[in-house]
Amino acid sequence: AMEGGPSVRIREGDCAVLKRDEVFKAVSVLRRRKIIFEKQWFYLDNAIGHIYGTTFEVTSGGNLQPKQEVEETTTETKEAGTDNRNIVDDGKSQKLTHDDIKALKDKGIKGQEIVQQLIENSTTFRDKTEFAQDKYIKKKKKKYEAVITIVKPSTRILSTMYYAREPGKINHLRYDTLAQMLTLGNIHAGNKMIVVETCAGLVLGAVMERMGGYGSIIQMYPGGGPVRAATSCFGFPKPFFDNLHEFPLSKVQSLLSGTFTTETLPADSEDNSLVEEESNGLSEEKRTSLQETEEEPATEAPMESNPTEEQDTMDINAEDVEFKENKEKENKENVREKQIKQWERRKKLKEAAALLREKNADGLIVASKFHPTPLLLSLLEFVAPSRPFVVYCQYKEPLLDCYTKLRERGGVINLKLSETWLRNYQVLPDRSHPKLTMSGGGGYLLSGITVVLEKGKFDSSNSEALKMEEPSSKRCKLQDLPC
Amino acid sequence: MSFVEYGDTIKDGDTAIVFLGHESMFPVKVQHGTVTQTKYGVIRHSTDLIGKKYGSKVTCSKGGWVFILHPTPELWTMNLPHRTQILYSTDISIITMMLELKPGSIVCESGTGSGSLSHALIRTVAPTGHLYTVEFHQQRAEKAREEFREHGLEHLVTVTNQDVCKNGFGVSNIADAVFLDIPSPWEAIGHAKSALKAEGGRICSFSPCIEQVQRTCLAMEEYGFTEINTLEILLRVYNVRTISLQIPDLGKAAEDNSSTGFDSSNPSHQGSLCADLQQGTVQFKSGVPLREVVGHTGYLTFATKS
Repeated sequence: AMEGGPSVRIREGDCAVLKRDEVFKAVSVLRRRKIIFEKQWFYLDNAIGHIYGTTFEVTSGGNLQPKQEVEETTTETKEAGTDNRNIVDDGKSQKLTHDDIKALKDKGIKGQEIVQQLIENSTTFRDKTEFAQDKYIKKKKKKYEAVITIVKPSTRILSTMYYAREPGKINHLRYDTLAQMLTLGNIHAGNKMIVVETCAGLVLGAVMERMGGYGSIIQMYPGGGPVRAATSCFGFPKPFFDNLHEFPLSKVQSLLSGTFTTETLPADSEDNSLVEEESNGLSEEKRTSLQETEEEPATEAPMESNPTEEQDTMDINAEDVEFKENKEKENKENVREKQIKQWERRKKLKEAAALLREKNADGLIVASKFHPTPLLLSLLEFVAPSRPFVVYCQYKEPLLDCYTKLRERGGVINLKLSETWLRNYQVLPDRSHPKLTMSGGGGYLLSGITVVLEKGKFDSSNSEALKMEEPSSKRCKLQDLPC
Repeated sequence: MSFVEYGDTIKDGDTAIVFLGHESMFPVKVQHGTVTQTKYGVIRHSTDLIGKKYGSKVTCSKGGWVFILHPTPELWTMNLPHRTQILYSTDISIITMMLELKPGSIVCESGTGSGSLSHALIRTVAPTGHLYTVEFHQQRAEKAREEFREHGLEHLVTVTNQDVCKNGFGVSNIADAVFLDIPSPWEAIGHAKSALKAEGGRICSFSPCIEQVQRTCLAMEEYGFTEINTLEILLRVYNVRTISLQIPDLGKAAEDNSSTGFDSSNPSHQGSLCADLQQGTVQFKSGVPLREVVGHTGYLTFATKS
């Protein structure tokens, strides 16, 4: 089955996600590879063969051991206070010192036992209310009981992870906003989608997951090549990439005007994606500049092996000459390989161009750091009529402009500017309430549906329908609401 | 046409969406020889619709025009005949993502209701997945079956007419995900667990009241579900408008124009100030929130069986 994806068991070489409470980290499952997660280090070797979703304890030496379901040890005396009128904060309620706790840890005592000792040595624990005791235990468990769950990557997990860990890399696209995009865009198996994103490949991965390997995707990329660091975290099977095409944004205008050729390729996309993967930890600015500097040498690369350069080497000292000669040798060996690669890239580029020229895409998804207006005005040309499009922007103002320009252009209906709010809840007996904090902003969406674009001006005989489209304050009644 | 596969042209038997203007549309079953009345006049299916491209502008008998759109689960949700309260696309989107649905997923749902969520679920799990949906109301179950058939989806869905709380989903150990939108979801958690695959899966329950959520969470914990998480998603729609705000009169113009200074008791003077004020406006584009918005649909509780 095409949508098979990774197996239910953890295998060597898999892309997996580590989870501790609400914190996620994507990793490759490799033997003898030290992993650092939430201030702990361990090896994943022992996890191989277990079912995804298994929870492990970190034992001494950094080994993982499946956590046994333990009966809660709180079966003993259920003694608790009713209020805190007599609880004084003197800083002396815990009889164990920092050194005592460290000693326990160094002895390799299980976290669970440390928590029990902390409870027994707390003079105020018994006076705390039942709820306060519960809270105390939960807090200590979180600190001392190091349990890690290994889960299968999915859009749910990766988009939550990226939003929490590296929101800057995905333009602060919150996961509920991404969910909206996939639904508003009617992403499903069999589609021919156009995707423009500078969200580390997360949006592309989300679209690929929903298409399950059926249909085709044309990713339009800026600079030297598409960034797919997040896409690779999904661990998609190989066939998913068979119908994934890429096309440089810098060639869109020439494709639309009919002057497009594959003679000048943008910088080698493979080299570029490598740079991107390595620069995972770098800031956005640094990444961009790397991407830009990468472009030049890559297009020049085949030239370097050209023997006419010999003269230049005369002035340089011997070491450099030797180095350069070695490099040239290497380059010569690589030339053929590079030429083959170039040829393959041209072929792929031609394929992507041909797909776009059909101008019958089933949708357009944009989530980038660029101003959305020029992207939309150009790329909608490639989309068939009666198909949805969705544009994400971290800010509302560019979408106001985009909305206005799309109205002027025509060929779109049902334009909608929206935002979602997400509120998480704590649900516990007698203690249910919204969580203390919620995200302040997860970006904005402009969505709509394409229709047949009439090149001439709309006939004014039925301007009523157009007017109806422009919402006026008078029409702002309850029945206009989406639900 | 099908809800799970785009087609280019309108065919006899299709369900199409007639788009009249801002959020004003309705579904139509395309049939040779049939006519549809709109406020812009009559649409004759044989000549105006069949064979035309989806997304075309169709001129009605009175000279007015409408657009004919390809159906999607989202458009269907906005236009379907209500037999119950329905779920809207905002909730549906987060449900779909949090349940980790994709092509090939096996999903259990109850109740079927008006089929708003069902269409979206089928769209996402097609072509190799399947939806098992349970509806205890016989007439609604029958109507849903009929709709799925009309929409070319019958091979992707099984509608069962029974009480999910008493009899479960009619399947066991095959589902990747379970969705509950019933008044007492806590009574169906056990059935949900047995419907899910042995190696695990995801569950979601939708409830309008917090008391329902509390009982559901307790039941989920009792049945060993983990990662129990309750959330609420709200949609905010903005109207795009050009706003112009007046520049207040702080007497500046008066001082510049007249040596006598500002004098409010002088009517002729005031007249000239008003003219200045009319010119003194600043225009800008704004996204204006609707005057009244949906503040609550329901709480969504998600959990994992592992």
